Amino acid sequence: MKPVSRRKLITSGLAAAAGISGLAAADHLAQRYGLIPPDHGGCYGPGETLTYAAQRLLTSRSLAREFPRSMISTTPFANETAPPSDGFKRLQAGEFLDWRLAVDGMVAHPLSLSLADLRTMPAHSQITEVVCEEGWSYVAEWIGTPLAVVLQEAGVLPQARYIVYFSIEPDWWESIDMTEALHSQTFLTMGMNGGDLPVRFGGPLRLRVPRQLGYKSVKYVVRLTATDSLKRFGKGLGSASPEAGYSWYAGI
Amino acid sequence: MTAPGLCYSRHVAAAAAPPGIQTPRHTALVRVTHWLTVIVFIALLVTGAEIVISHPRFYWGETGNVNMHPLFTLPIPSSRGTVPTGYNYVMPDQNGWSRYLHFEAAWVLVITGLVYAVAGLWSGHFRRNLVPAPEDRTARAYLQRIAKYLRRERPDAVEAGSYNVLQRTAYLLVIFVLFPLVIWTGLALSPAFNAAVPAAVNLLGGRQSARTLHFFVTWALVLFLMIHLAMIILSGFGSRMRAMIVGRAAAPEESQ
Repeated sequence: MKPVSRRKLITSGLAAAAGISGLAAADHLAQRYGLIPPDHGGCYGPGETLTYAAQRLLTSRSLAREFPRSMISTTPFANETAPPSDGFKRLQAGEFLDWRLAVDGMVAHPLSLSLADLRTMPAHSQITEVVCEEGWSYVAEWIGTPLAVVLQEAGVLPQARYIVYFSIEPDWWESIDMTEALHSQTFLTMGMNGGDLPVRFGGPLRLRVPRQLGYKSVKYVVRLTATDSLKRFGKGLGSASPEAGYSWYAGI
Repeated sequence: MTAPGLCYSRHVAAAAAPPGIQTPRHTALVRVTHWLTVIVFIALLVTGAEIVISHPRFYWGETGNVNMHPLFTLPIPSSRGTVPTGYNYVMPDQNGWSRYLHFEAAWVLVITGLVYAVAGLWSGHFRRNLVPAPEDRTARAYLQRIAKYLRRERPDAVEAGSYNVLQRTAYLLVIFVLFPLVIWTGLALSPAFNAAVPAAVNLLGGRQSARTLHFFVTWALVLFLMIHLAMIILSGFGSRMRAMIVGRAAAPEESQ
């Protein structure tokens, strides 16, 4: 082996120090600008972090593609899951008059909204595609209130970084960062293709997140919680998906 | 002729080395990027197959689901009970880790590809080792080389230390057409990327077209891989592997 020259030793030392401080600086910036997903641990963490950070830097403000009315799918696929729970069936029997959406956590005014309350808020519609991680898709018109409007009504605090949302069905909850939560196409959806949102498709209330895969659009939403940390929820991975082995960020 | 070249000049490598002498063949950058690509390609292929199993139906256009007519269906069971496959069997769902690994491997592929492409352009690797020589850019040159393969002739000294016109064309197609296409068609399946760059998916004819094309381009890459492996085995597995691992190749095998 050749002896290592002093110059080479010093340059490699400097390069290593620069590399380590560069990584530390990158980590600091990534933390500060929210570029690290909650499921960043483990052997898939680096890839997941790269994807989330890259998409947050490049696609934060972009709008999901909207389609002409003529492209609305005549045969959408509801992907019905387990049969509804007794709690759901009871509310369904009462035509969802007693359905409540709780808005709590880091908000100035916690809310409990009925569907009628939600209908008094500005209604918007979008014709966007539901994209399942399995590979299938369909286009539908979704009618509802932007989540941002409800969060504004509740006075979401500036330190809130995520919105966690829960289905009435057990173990079905997700979360999104504030970029996604305040995005103009993220809707609390009550209508589909001109009518009420059918139960099969998530009625009476589904949170539509059109820039992410279908599993982020949780059906039968009953609670929204604003938080600055996802550590306290479930196993601290961000939502039920990573606990089942699926990535928290589903923009890809 | 050592430092700047990714692959040693064909003249040096081909300078008819005496029998049994090891001549330089592939540079470190070519070897490292080659094997990284091998590892991530296998990871992408296996996880891609796992993801396909959850919906082994393909469509054309923007949308497609089990309520619509497929373009074609793979004759395999699915990992989801909601997909009618004709089998009374639902395979275990492996999509979670498959998706995580698929995208992590895709990052390694993209970064490796960028390093290789930039270094290859800068060092003249493509120009020197992969772009066919001007006199070889004729149909006649291709036909002659095909005829040579059909006659199962051994490569001559120049070819043994370099690539012939068919190899060069195949490698250029894989590097500059198939890999960029498979990355593009894959990216076109990302809903957030499509929001930022709608043309990425619209130019391909819609989301389901992009998915179907992703599948076909993958098969083209698999086809290349099979021919590549067959040729390596036919031309001397040990010496080809040695060249790509340690960077040195024996002079043409028949001379040993």
